[in-house]
Amino acid sequence: MIYLLIGIAVVATIVAGSMRSRALSRGVAIGALGLLAAVPLAVHDDATINLLADAGLYVILALGLNVVVGFAGLLDLGYAAFFAIGAYTYGMLASPQFGIHVPFWLLLFVAALLAALFGTVLGAPTLRLRGDYLAIVTLGFGEIVPQIFQNLTKYTGGPNGISALDIPRLGPYSFGLSATPYYEVTVALVALTILLVCNLRASRLGRAWTAIREDELAAKHAGIDTTRTKLAAFALGASFSGLAGVVFAAKLSLVSPDLFQFQVSVLIVSMLVLGGMGNVAGVIVGSLVLSTVNEAILPQADTLAERLFHLRVDLTADHYFIYGAILVAIMLLRPEGLLPNRERRAELHASADA
Amino acid sequence: MHEFVAQLINGISLGAIYALVALGYTLVYGILELINFAHGDVSTFGAFVALAVLEALGVHGALHGITLVVVSFLACGGAALSCAVVNAGIERLAYRPLRNAPRLAPLITAIGVSFILENVMQLWRGPAPVPVPGFFPNLVLTAGGMTVTLQQIVLVGMTIAATIVLQLVVKRTRLGMAMRAVAQDREAAALVGIDVNAVIAATFVIAGLLAGIAGFASSMYYQSTWFLNGFDAGLKAFTAAVLGGIGNLGGAVLGGFLIGIIEALATWQIGGQWSNVAVFAILVGVLVVRPSGLLGESVPEKV
Repeated sequence: MIYLLIGIAVVATIVAGSMRSRALSRGVAIGALGLLAAVPLAVHDDATINLLADAGLYVILALGLNVVVGFAGLLDLGYAAFFAIGAYTYGMLASPQFGIHVPFWLLLFVAALLAALFGTVLGAPTLRLRGDYLAIVTLGFGEIVPQIFQNLTKYTGGPNGISALDIPRLGPYSFGLSATPYYEVTVALVALTILLVCNLRASRLGRAWTAIREDELAAKHAGIDTTRTKLAAFALGASFSGLAGVVFAAKLSLVSPDLFQFQVSVLIVSMLVLGGMGNVAGVIVGSLVLSTVNEAILPQADTLAERLFHLRVDLTADHYFIYGAILVAIMLLRPEGLLPNRERRAELHASADA
Repeated sequence: MHEFVAQLINGISLGAIYALVALGYTLVYGILELINFAHGDVSTFGAFVALAVLEALGVHGALHGITLVVVSFLACGGAALSCAVVNAGIERLAYRPLRNAPRLAPLITAIGVSFILENVMQLWRGPAPVPVPGFFPNLVLTAGGMTVTLQQIVLVGMTIAATIVLQLVVKRTRLGMAMRAVAQDREAAALVGIDVNAVIAATFVIAGLLAGIAGFASSMYYQSTWFLNGFDAGLKAFTAAVLGGIGNLGGAVLGGFLIGIIEALATWQIGGQWSNVAVFAILVGVLVVRPSGLLGESVPEKV
């Protein structure tokens, strides 16, 4: 069931992404999202809906990171830190931890703003640096944010985190324990993210990002304020991660530092690399495929291997081997990803010929 | 005061290992402008090889005299050689095909290689830290209330020796001259007849040898190793290389010792759980105030 649903989403994304006419591709996208929103009417299995909701959150994360890495060409290896900031915003402001109970909907905005603020604070001093220094600084940031949450036991519950978070309400209706309301919120946020990201890309700012990614020096000489433009990419990208963090925390009703390790950041980077950095449709496909592999296929792969080949293996221990192999294989065989962005593909192939 | 000196000695020993790893980062970065993300993991692989050699030789407890020297050489040599092979293999398979690709591409494969190496080590020796037999005798030198162990002296001595040899190779030999030429301008180096790919491969071999020595040193000093050690040690060693001025060999060693001392003092004063935060804060601080590092020269961007 889950494979069928994800498959439909992947096909719809590819179709919408390859349409020549904007109106047509918008129609396909709206139709597909409407169809996805109606899925809980037909599927009553809570575990499937939960997996779909997780896949949706990964789509938001990957699209947000794509703004930073794909559009502006800045490698951010600590993206999970902003996800953690969003999740902990909900954990601390909507739980018995401090007895503060801010509504879920308000916290979506607060977390997006906070994540953007932290993105700015981290980016302001470091974005002047060259690309690979930035990667290491963001990596360090991604390492210490969960560490700080773990160390500030008094406020964050330390290694155990904060649990029994508030259940969101919409008017008189409580979200309850079913995954469906979270799924519907996620679908709505995915739609919002796609809309924002596509418009950003076509905007003056988006074109400035492309210019910086292609040639920073030339962009600077064309009058683009490169530091501010890069900072905008960093802050905007981070805000999507904060948003996803709130939904993630509310759905799980738990935040703890081990949920936001480096591996999460690398998983999201792998989604971009697999799908095709910079291309919105490609990134959506990459995140749908990898989140399905991660959450649905790998947990079952052991039993599958045993049944088919009488192999006793523990593939869950080899997640990282698989991500690593994906990163290396894609970079060597098809560096533009499954669904490439046009300029990037030209760039990669031109340089390979040179 | 005694405690301060003890922590200082502790930090210097810690820093000696970071310095060895940082040398490899700085060598590769200097020539390719690539952060060899897998370098820390290669070094941890060396620690596992050293352990395997010790096990194969049936070492259980402290050794003395000539046996100690021979066993150390075998374990260290085995680690260094296998790391050199692994590092050269990584370069050939994962970095060389991407030599002309945009700069993010090899960095991403480097992350992939690092994950693969970590997983291979996990499959080899399991997910838990593995104890290494303490084969060094418990010799302690005491002077004026300070105590230094034999391991610490050997560790610092190895780092200093490796640095001197490396400096000689880079400054005095033909290979070193070719390495400097390739680092300055790859195309011009090719024009004067230097085999650029061979020089880059040789650089990875040297960096691998250093990583293996560092791996041996860390397994000897900590008497334990773990498949994920390379991640943390790699991050700190890279920080050390940046702190000293990346591409500068003396800078990497200075940075390594400084990071080790800072980590030891931070652990002592504010607790081990904050030491990574302190190291990272220093990295950001240095990059903001002096992006070229303590000993580095500011280089105009290559266009």
